[in-house]
Amino acid sequence: MKSLLLPPHPKERRIVFKNAWTKGYTPDIDCYIKEGGYEELKKAIGMKPVEIIDEVKKSNLRGRGGAAFPCGVKWGFIRHDDGKPHYITCNGDESEPGTFKDRYILHNDPHQLIEGMAIAAFALNVHLAYIYIRCEFPKAAGIVTKAIEEAKAMGFLGKNILGSGFDLEIFVHQGAGAYICGEETSLIESIEGKRPYPRIKPPYFPAVLGLYMSPTIVNNVETFCHVKQIFKLGSEEYAKMGTPGDGGTRVMCVSGDVMRPGPYEIPVGGVTMGELINDVCGGLKPGRTLKAIIPGGSSSKIMRAGEVYKIKVKGPDGEMIDKEVPLLDLPMDAASLAAAGTMIGSGGVIVMDDSRSMLWALNNLNTFYAHESCGQCTPCREGVLWIDKMTTRMVNGEGIAQDPITLKNVADNIAGRTVCAFGEAASWPVQSFLQKFPEEFQVPAK
Amino acid sequence: MDKHVALTSVSEQANQIPADLLLRIDEAVTHYPVSKRSASLPLLHLWQNQFGFIDDSGVNWIAKRLELEPINILELVTFYPWFRQQAAGKVCIRVCRTLSCALAGSFEVRDAFCKAVGIDPKAESHGHTPPVSPDGKFSVEFVECLASCGSAPVALINDDLAEDITPEGTAAILSQYN
Ligand SMILES: Cc1cc2nc3c(=O)[nH]c(=O)nc-3n(C[C@H](O)[C@H](O)[C@H](O)COP(=O)(O)O)c2cc1C
Ligand code: SF4
Ligand code: FES
Repeated sequence: MKSLLLPPHPKERRIVFKNAWTKGYTPDIDCYIKEGGYEELKKAIGMKPVEIIDEVKKSNLRGRGGAAFPCGVKWGFIRHDDGKPHYITCNGDESEPGTFKDRYILHNDPHQLIEGMAIAAFALNVHLAYIYIRCEFPKAAGIVTKAIEEAKAMGFLGKNILGSGFDLEIFVHQGAGAYICGEETSLIESIEGKRPYPRIKPPYFPAVLGLYMSPTIVNNVETFCHVKQIFKLGSEEYAKMGTPGDGGTRVMCVSGDVMRPGPYEIPVGGVTMGELINDVCGGLKPGRTLKAIIPGGSSSKIMRAGEVYKIKVKGPDGEMIDKEVPLLDLPMDAASLAAAGTMIGSGGVIVMDDSRSMLWALNNLNTFYAHESCGQCTPCREGVLWIDKMTTRMVNGEGIAQDPITLKNVADNIAGRTVCAFGEAASWPVQSFLQKFPEEFQVPAK
Repeated sequence: MDKHVALTSVSEQANQIPADLLLRIDEAVTHYPVSKRSASLPLLHLWQNQFGFIDDSGVNWIAKRLELEPINILELVTFYPWFRQQAAGKVCIRVCRTLSCALAGSFEVRDAFCKAVGIDPKAESHGHTPPVSPDGKFSVEFVECLASCGSAPVALINDDLAEDITPEGTAAILSQYN
C-alpha cells in the first residue's frame, strides 16, 4: 500500500497504525515490546474489571466494525460473575467492500490486537477467545498464530498471566470466503462449525446468548487495538481527540477515483469529507469532477456531489445547534454522517468521478449482494437475485420501463423483513442510488 | 459415476492421509475445547490444502473424526465459496470483482489473466469450480472484495496478494509461478 509509505499527512494521527508503518518494524514481539508493548496489559491487570470497563466507557470508543456501537456500553452488558463462561470473538473477517484497515494490523502489528484482547478478556472474565480471520488473509493467520505463541512464551497469554492468576487462551479461526461471516451472529455460528446462518435478535444478542450460547463480546480488530491505546493515552486524552460521544481516531479507507487512495488514521471528526478527499488523498484524477461518494462501506447510502445536509454542530456557547453543510464540509464522524442520512459504517469511502455510470456501479454492488446472501430469509435470498438480474439487464440495454419502480419495490420489501442487517445492507444501495441519481435509471420506452 | 465404487476406491483422499496431516488435524481439534464440531472448518482447510479439493471420502472422514453426520460437513463445503469439490489449478488466481477494483480495471485484468493461461475469458468464473487452464496449472476466478481496495485492482494468487495490477503486468506476475 503505497500511500502508507509516505510520511503521515498533517491531518493524520497514527496511533493504532503507528507501528504498522514504522520503517523496520516487524510483527515480532521484540519489536512490539521495544515500542512499549504489553505495558497497558500490565496496568490493566492491576485494575478492577469494572474500572477497566469504565475507562473504555469514558473514552467514548465506538466500534469500528460497522455499527459504531459504544464499546464500553457493549462490555457493560456482561455480568462479571454470573457463573457462565464468557467468550470474546474478534471480528477479522474484513469483507465490507471498500474497507481495508484490519488487514494491515493483522499482518504488521498483531501484538497490538492481542494486547487489546487480553485487556478486554481480563475485564470481562473471559478465558477463551477466538480471532476470526478471513481465509483470504492466509499469511495473516500464520503471523497472528505465531504472535500468540510468542505472547504465551512471555507470559502475556496462557496460564497465570503475569503472575495474576488470570488465564487466557486465544486461537485463530479462519473463515472460508463468505461475507456473511462478518455479521456477528453468523461469525459465531461459523466458529461453532455450522452453516453460518445469522441468528435472530432478540433473543440471540451475543452478549446474552453468543458463542456456545454463552455471553460473548464481538469486536472488530481495530476496536481492540483502540482499547490498548485508551490505556496508553488515558481515556480522557483519548476521548478528546474525537467528537462528543465518538472518541479517538478512526481509520478512513479511501478508494476509487482519487489520486492517493489508502487507509488514513484521523481523529474522529478531524477532517471534513472535502479535506479527506482533496487534501489527504490528493484530490480527483486530473480533469475530473466529483460525482458520488459511498462513505462507509458498500452498504452505506450513496451521497451525491453538491448535496447539502442539515447536521448538528457545536455552537458558540458549546450547545449543539442545527447547521446546513454541503457534502464536502461534512465532518467525518458517526453522528454527522447519520444526520446526513447515511453512515460512517466501516470507514470505507468509495469515491466516483464524473466518468462513472451509477447504473454500472450499482449493478456491481448488486452482484456482490446476490453472491453473498446466506439464503436463510426469503426476501433477501430471492430479492437480491432479482435486483441483480434487473440491473444486469439494464446495463445490457435490455431493461424495461418499469424496472426502476420494480427495483425500488423489491428493495423496500427486503429491508426490515430479514433475520440480519444484510437485508438493509443490500437494499440501501438500491434505494439510495435510485433516489439520488434517478436520471441514470430511466429506461427509454421501446 | 457409480457411488459404491467411488466409496471403496484406493484413489480416495481418505486413503492417502499423510502422517503430518493427521498431526495437524489433532492439533486443530485441541483449539476447540468446548465443542469438537467447531473444528470442522479448520479440518476442511487442512484437507483442501493437502489435496486441493474435498472429495466424498474427505467429507465422511472429517465427519467421523468429529463425531458428526456427513451432511454436517457437506453443507459447509457447499456453502462456503472457498471450498471445492473438484480440483482447481495448482496456482489459483482470484481476481477481485467488487466495486473499487472494478473501477480500477479488474475486469480487464481478469481477462488478461485468462488469455495468458489459455482460458476462455467468457467462461463463467464466479463459483466453486473455476475454469482451469488446459495444462491444469492455473485457474482464474472472480472473488468478492479482498479488503485491499486502496491498491486496486488486486488478486490473490495462492497465498500472495498482487496489487495495482495492470493487464500488461499480468505476464510478469504469472512468470513468478512458472
Ligand atoms: C452483513 C454484515 C457484515 C459485517 N461484516 C463485518 C466485518 O467484515 N467486520 C466487522 O468487524 N464487522 C462486520 N459487521 C458488523 C458486526 O456484526 C459487528 O457489529 C461488529 O463486528 C462489532 O464490532 P465493533 O462493535 O467493534 O464494531 C458486519 C455486519 C453485517 C450485518
Ligand atoms: S438477511 Fe440475508 S444474509 Fe441475513 S440471514 Fe437473511 S438471508 Fe441471510
Ligand atoms: S474492491 Fe477489490 S479489494 Fe476491495
